[in-house]
Amino acid sequence: MRRRVKRTRSGGFELRIPVDERELLRTLGPQLREVLLRDAASAQEGGDTAVGRLFPVAYPTDEDRQTEYRLLVHDELLSSHLGALAVLEETADADHLDEDQLLAWMRALNHVRLVLGTRLDITEDGDERPADPRDPRTSAFAVYDYLTYLQGEIIDALSG
Amino acid sequence: MTAAPVEVKEPEIEDVVVADRPWIVIVWNDPINLMSYVTFVLQKLFGYSLEKATKLMLDVHEKGKAVVSSGPREKAELDVFRLHEHGLWATMEHDS
Repeated sequence: MRRRVKRTRSGGFELRIPVDERELLRTLGPQLREVLLRDAASAQEGGDTAVGRLFPVAYPTDEDRQTEYRLLVHDELLSSHLGALAVLEETADADHLDEDQLLAWMRALNHVRLVLGTRLDITEDGDERPADPRDPRTSAFAVYDYLTYLQGEIIDALSG
Repeated sequence: MTAAPVEVKEPEIEDVVVADRPWIVIVWNDPINLMSYVTFVLQKLFGYSLEKATKLMLDVHEKGKAVVSSGPREKAELDVFRLHEHGLWATMEHDS
């Protein structure tokens, strides 16, 4: 398959992403933002909720320090997540990205993978993929697999 | 207004010892983050060589966790924050 992301001689990156994939990428921003903003305040940190995965507990055995830490950084972490997402949305149609923009894509796509993967109950020992194509999870798995592939392309390009 | 008398509590020796003990930052295994992603993030955030980052990633993958950095509390908190920005499952604790 043709590489989706390629480092250019000028130090930037060329995106060769087909139109239908661009369309999918554009739908991710609003979805993830809704999850972040709706759940961030009420999320059980570090719990099983998908959004909890984006705001992990720093001090698992020290409740006081964790409360203090959360107060200190939660809003900053939220705005960092939202900032990466904003870059992805603003540049979803771009043919070229600079390194900072591609790093933001990498983070934003990974956040979506974390939320989707948690909801789909992804494990390391093989996932329970629905056999019925009409199962609503079938399309979620397809999105997850695509994002995993694109994430791999981005990391290859950044590391190369 | 009168200021309340200030009670000065001398730090116990034990507290001082605890405060001086370095903190360690641990990354835990999870089924979603790609191995190549974890390696890349460790290189980028901590300036580790590909070899060192790969070894830490493999420890996370195979042993379930790895200590990726250590230092004073403020530094450890910043490292945890940066790892959380990248979606890695990081915690910190006192080195034992």
